[in-house]
Amino acid sequence: MHKLLGHQSGEKVFLLGNEAIARGAIEAGVAVATTYPGTPSSEISANFFDISRESDLYFEYSTNEKVALEVAAAAANSGVRSMCIMKHVGMNVAADALMTLAYLGVKGGLVILTADDPFMFSSQNEQDNRYYAKLAGLPMLEPSSVEEAAKMVGDAFDLSEALQEPVIFRTTTRINHSTGVVTIGDIKPPYSKGVFKKDPFNYVAVPAVSRNLHVKLLQNLEKAEALSEESIHNPVSGKGKCGIICNGVSWLYVADALKELDKEDQVTVLRIGFSNPMPKNKIVRFLEPLDKVLVVEEGEPFMEEAVKAMAQEAGLTLPIFGKSKELFSRLFELDPETVKNRMAAYFGFPVPARERLDLTDLPKLPQRPPSLCPGCSHRATFHVIKKAAGEQDFICATDIGCYTLGFFPPLSMGDFLICMGSSMGTGCGFSKVTGKKTVSIIGDSTFFHSGIPGLINAVFNNHNLTVVILDNGTTAMTGHQPHPGVDMVQQKLEGFNRISIEAMVRAAGVSHVSVIKPFRVSKSIETMKDALAYQGVSVVISQEICTLYAKGLNLKKQKPFYVTDKCKNHRNCIDELACPAFYLEAGRVKIDESLCVGCAVCAQVCPENAILPVKTS
Amino acid sequence: METTRLIIVAVGGQGNLLASKVLGEAALATDIPVKMSEIHGMAQRGGVVESSMVFGPAQSTIISDGKADILVGFEPMETLRALGKCHGKTIVITNLSPLSPFTVTTGQGVYPEIREIQNLIREKTGKLITLNANALAEKAGNTMAVNMVLLGALISTRVLPLPLESVKQAIADKTRKAFVDVNLRAFNLGYEAAGKTG
Repeated sequence: MHKLLGHQSGEKVFLLGNEAIARGAIEAGVAVATTYPGTPSSEISANFFDISRESDLYFEYSTNEKVALEVAAAAANSGVRSMCIMKHVGMNVAADALMTLAYLGVKGGLVILTADDPFMFSSQNEQDNRYYAKLAGLPMLEPSSVEEAAKMVGDAFDLSEALQEPVIFRTTTRINHSTGVVTIGDIKPPYSKGVFKKDPFNYVAVPAVSRNLHVKLLQNLEKAEALSEESIHNPVSGKGKCGIICNGVSWLYVADALKELDKEDQVTVLRIGFSNPMPKNKIVRFLEPLDKVLVVEEGEPFMEEAVKAMAQEAGLTLPIFGKSKELFSRLFELDPETVKNRMAAYFGFPVPARERLDLTDLPKLPQRPPSLCPGCSHRATFHVIKKAAGEQDFICATDIGCYTLGFFPPLSMGDFLICMGSSMGTGCGFSKVTGKKTVSIIGDSTFFHSGIPGLINAVFNNHNLTVVILDNGTTAMTGHQPHPGVDMVQQKLEGFNRISIEAMVRAAGVSHVSVIKPFRVSKSIETMKDALAYQGVSVVISQEICTLYAKGLNLKKQKPFYVTDKCKNHRNCIDELACPAFYLEAGRVKIDESLCVGCAVCAQVCPENAILPVKTS
Repeated sequence: METTRLIIVAVGGQGNLLASKVLGEAALATDIPVKMSEIHGMAQRGGVVESSMVFGPAQSTIISDGKADILVGFEPMETLRALGKCHGKTIVITNLSPLSPFTVTTGQGVYPEIREIQNLIREKTGKLITLNANALAEKAGNTMAVNMVLLGALISTRVLPLPLESVKQAIADKTRKAFVDVNLRAFNLGYEAAGKTG
């Protein structure tokens, strides 16, 4: 039995935030869950995927977040409790569906989880998705801790059904990837058979219908505000004339700071967990007796600006501050000491001395950036592209996945990246205006996610572009989730079909299509040269299974190589491939046999043929 | 009860997430409030993996610079890199076996002398405990048990409010059955070694 199902009600368990959220949703009777994987949300879906194989839960890895939300929207409008999980930037992809789904509303509860990533531990930006709730006019809940997240998910489903609107459940990395002690609750059996009652004049968003639906949405927002006023998720604690308004993990830092400063009796704290709509009356009542207020929130001044507007309307003139040079930054994440020190300074409490070690005499330490794994097929493909291009300068439009790491020297493959699928469209733009050879590189999962429209665009508008699709048979970056091109039989999973990337590319009208096995270096270089020379859209599909994924499935045996005495220290292997299995010992190149998987690419690069397989007896 | 803050730094693949999971389970079993935060997006790509653990009444799951009471480093240079988390009385435990990053192989940086690393840490913090965790793990029967060796060293300091037996029990319960004996052996070797150097 899945570990999240095995726990007994009342049991206390040490759970990762994402596990706690998954368990909370199961307890709330979630029947349909959809996602496109993205850190820091991925473990929620990974647990749902496993649970769905031994329960009535329907779970799917959808091709992208927009599709995921559409699937969940239909399920919820058929009366079934549904959940859609994504990282913050996934919400941008789903936004088209989101904005009008808010007009239509839902019947069964729909919880849309957005996992924001302040500091960008694993993201391309740190956008604050609270504004999506404001933009769409949807209610939003934000947990402050792992324990609270587990329970709040259930409340989000109830709220969604009470308002007949999707509810946005916003977490940050420090909720998703924190671990805490959670008390397990009862599982409500899911109600999984949906019934869709046709009602086109409320469900088909044409202008005449939408004009009515927008009226309904605003009415729902008023109802939501009334619920926010009374919500247990907007608690007030402490006492005194100084006030703090905070949300999410900021609350933890505020609570610790008040205790450490011993000022719990001088500061009143309002924690906003139901953060859209904000409880206006409650906030005004909170502000009235106070002398000054500090808003503690990560990211943008979402609450601060709202609170200032409410104070202005109520004729209150007390100082309200949050984001400023002296107080809190809009950049990155907060931490307990920063919050404590800024709080103390703002309220005129003695500012505690902050002990910091003098580290000015530390030597400059070499960086340890994440890198492509030993035996990673992307390294081989990058080598092939560079060799095929030779002296020809080209622009490399890259995309989102493990292969993005290829932009680090010495591989240096990647000149431009904005979002999922962007390699295709940006490749078109670069080739058109610069007239330079342009190579777009995109992974298999990203290709299905949002690469296909860009490829079709390239064909239709007759761009001069070489697209290299890095097909490693899985969504590697986020933990080896399946995508439509994955062979599910390999994982002993039934009930799936498989879409051929090559057939897809040909169907898009690409006439120059080739497939390479990147570990066969010379042959691949020849094929790549041909593709690069083609005027128009050429596509090279580079097929080689992700080495980590293969290891997990026991598909490959490790066959390490070693450097023989024939080595003349040209170091092409290190300089061109940068495989982490190489190291230097007394100025000589060595291979760490525990890391080398035996892709043999370095053996093909070595001008002396000095790299050979380790003989096994 | 005071709050005790622990930082564990390692290189992806060294198993620090399992080590922190064991500590968390041991705390849960003995009713010690515990919270943990980790950054593990790049765990399998050779980057730095950091876990923060907070034992006691504090609610925050992350640890600010200068606030760690104990720092356990699975790799000496990474221990040094994390020194900003420490204060003048922090107890630092470090493995002495280096894992040279690839930037050194490609000549983009120079790995500092192990002796210099130790001197700098010793000079700035309360106490430094060093051990060759890789050698001890090998002696225990599995080179992958570096995490258990360092866990043993950590528990031997008695800075964490965790009884020895609860940690051993958590190892028995939470690590893979086939490895429990080796893990416990590694844990004991670390425990003894740290006792000697401490």
